[in-house]
Amino acid sequence: MRPALLIGAGLSGLAVAAAALSLVWTPWDPAALAIGARLQPPSTTHWMGTDHFGRDILSMLMAGARSSLAVALAAVAIGAGIGTPLGLAAAASRGSLLDATLARLNDLIFAFPALVTAILITATLGPSALNATLAIGLFNIPVFARTARGAALSLWTLDYIRAARVAGKGRARISAEHVLPNIASLLIVQATIQASLGILAEAGLSYVGLGAQPPTASWGRMLAEAQTMVAIAPHVALFPGLAIVLTVLGLNLLGDGLRDALDPRLRGRLT
Amino acid sequence: MSLLAIEHLGVSIGTTEVLRDVSLRLQAGEILGLVGESGSGKSMTALAVMGLLPEGAQASGSVRLAGREITTLAERELCRLRGAGVGMIFQEPMTALNPLMTIGDQVAETLIVHRGLARSEARRIARDRLDRVGLPAPRFPLTLYPHELSGGQRQRVAIALAIALRPQLLIADEPTTALDVTTQAEVLALLRDLVREEGMALLLITHDLAVTAKMAARVAVMQDGRIVEEGPTEALFRAPARPYTRALLAAARLAPLSDAYLDQGKAAGAFSWQKASKPDADALLRVEDARRSYRLPRPSLFAAAPELHAVDGVSFSLRAGESLGLVGESGCGKSTLTRAILGLDPLSGGRIALAGAPVSPRMPPAQRAAVQVVFQDPYGSFDPRQTVARLIAEPFHLTGRPPDAEARIDAALSDVGLSPEDRDRYIHEFSGGQRQRLAIARALIIRPRLIVLDEAVSALDVRVRAQVLSLLARLQADHGLSYLFISHDLSVVRAVTTRCLVMQAGRIVEEGPTADLFTAPRHPYTRRLLAATPRLPETWSTLDPAPATSA
Repeated sequence: MRPALLIGAGLSGLAVAAAALSLVWTPWDPAALAIGARLQPPSTTHWMGTDHFGRDILSMLMAGARSSLAVALAAVAIGAGIGTPLGLAAAASRGSLLDATLARLNDLIFAFPALVTAILITATLGPSALNATLAIGLFNIPVFARTARGAALSLWTLDYIRAARVAGKGRARISAEHVLPNIASLLIVQATIQASLGILAEAGLSYVGLGAQPPTASWGRMLAEAQTMVAIAPHVALFPGLAIVLTVLGLNLLGDGLRDALDPRLRGRLT
Repeated sequence: MSLLAIEHLGVSIGTTEVLRDVSLRLQAGEILGLVGESGSGKSMTALAVMGLLPEGAQASGSVRLAGREITTLAERELCRLRGAGVGMIFQEPMTALNPLMTIGDQVAETLIVHRGLARSEARRIARDRLDRVGLPAPRFPLTLYPHELSGGQRQRVAIALAIALRPQLLIADEPTTALDVTTQAEVLALLRDLVREEGMALLLITHDLAVTAKMAARVAVMQDGRIVEEGPTEALFRAPARPYTRALLAAARLAPLSDAYLDQGKAAGAFSWQKASKPDADALLRVEDARRSYRLPRPSLFAAAPELHAVDGVSFSLRAGESLGLVGESGCGKSTLTRAILGLDPLSGGRIALAGAPVSPRMPPAQRAAVQVVFQDPYGSFDPRQTVARLIAEPFHLTGRPPDAEARIDAALSDVGLSPEDRDRYIHEFSGGQRQRLAIARALIIRPRLIVLDEAVSALDVRVRAQVLSLLARLQADHGLSYLFISHDLSVVRAVTTRCLVMQAGRIVEEGPTADLFTAPRHPYTRRLLAATPRLPETWSTLDPAPATSA
């Protein structure tokens, strides 16, 4: 019925399933070196071939899915967990000092190029998956704050919010009971989009060596290591590249599909 | 030959029949009123005439305009027909115009598209058409944008658009429903003049029988996708053949409070105007010199910011058990005053006291529990994600949830004519009238002393409106409630209040017993409001109005 939603859910589900499966089983040990079997093309023993150390690429992709998704989802959680309450608070006190301050802080963060600043942060704090998560999560905060504020503002003009105020409810309580449930679908869609951007950012950071550190597998570093050998063993770069593209595409389609499926009125309200 | 001849028109969407066997005729220079309640198929009929039926709709029968069959026309031909043959005016003047185009360009565009005129020529005609609809050149240059105009002026631009190509047929779908009464009277007069002077035919779609009575020589009544009755307006309204028409007329003709009731009250000294000279020490609600002003944007960088006095020294009082009306047009300050009385916004001067204690945004919950409110919009008044039981129990937040809360929710639902079984349903499962009943149940559940009814029945169909009003009267008697009834609709205020205030530009300009105010208005503004309010002529009254059947 909704092809975008189905394809998106399928691709995203595949990435999640691969990550989950890697916790208990991979075809080979993703960190095991086998110099004798290096740069093998795809075959029945190594379905996606091996890299220049002889590691099984499929196994590394599965393990890499785990670190990519963990970083992206944790970053979304940071952004939504801090940004949404800030946005709700700004909307509930529209025009106040708090609202103005939050808006300027948002502008400030938006003014920095995200990936470059994330590189700066991880380079300063030391390269690790945790620091990459923090850096990406920081840039998710204003996105969720703005989305929540914009959607909440339109709700605050409705009569049922006024009725709740007549019933003596405070702004925080109204935000939690009436506003948040009604903007949840919008935030879920935003979370999906941000997760896909998080995957890209994580791949970018580990590409320059600032993400998850060896021996933890990571899609970005697999690409970085493969690029010198594209001419002699293209499959080493092809598979991690495909994994990134398909996961990002899947999450984006999922977000679009969810937007239509969760709330058909949404489009009318935003345009 | 009729200009418009609709014969046995049927429209179905999927398996649902939305129009059945609709036949209508309209001559040039004639106004036909098409009346009915929401969902009766009025607008669908208009869309069929325009060839604008929604995707997937199947039409049968025939629609002929000036002898030409239009149900079988290709989209290309239909485009030529719209505008040139048929012009349409919609309800909402705020959204019918493109906010990014000047009014001159919008009118000229039609001429350029349909007639292939040069821009200068098109603008000349646009000027002429805008002059015709009462927007003369010196005050309304072509370069104005819609946001620089009032609602009534925008509706005039929409009419200029519709008549730009001098169509033979004009369709107006609730053209004045969103306008104030005085503006409504002007727009209706303009439409009538256009029909008379330009020889157009007008299909006037409205739910308002009084507007129909004033405008249309013939009327067709629609119910459930059918025309149930048609004929000359006066004859039909005097002697309606169908019970449905009778019920509509009875509901539209809201009787003022009966004399017996007033006499009884006067004898008992129940009405506050009888002691208006004395200070009303025991008033339930007392508003003293209330003021509220807003700072407007500075006209230039160093000029002082001008202030808008939305509420400008309003004083009145409301006694326990009384129904007080507050009438005024949009922008008169009644909404600002309402918010202050509800303790949502602060005043910038003066005082409001409810049951002896001051009202402010910081008043304690117990004080707040003395007043509740019913809003206008039955669709925006409820959180779509909560069950009915949770929605109407919301005011318990003020009093603490009593041990018998569940029983009281059930009682409140029965009180407003709904079933306790409705408690687990969601709001989208209810009709507009049912939602207003739920809003009343929510206001009632903590037994407040005062209920503010903010345009509470304005969005309802006439029959539903009559039912909700009689419900309010019954609840007042049962629970000893006081009402502050805020409305722009004088006939509604007349039907339910004993005393009435008229507000204009932030001030109360007239106050008195409702009956006196309607029969002998003193202030010129009140007289203007009354003169502009369309009413069914008293002499047309049917002999025995049938009781309104339930919707």
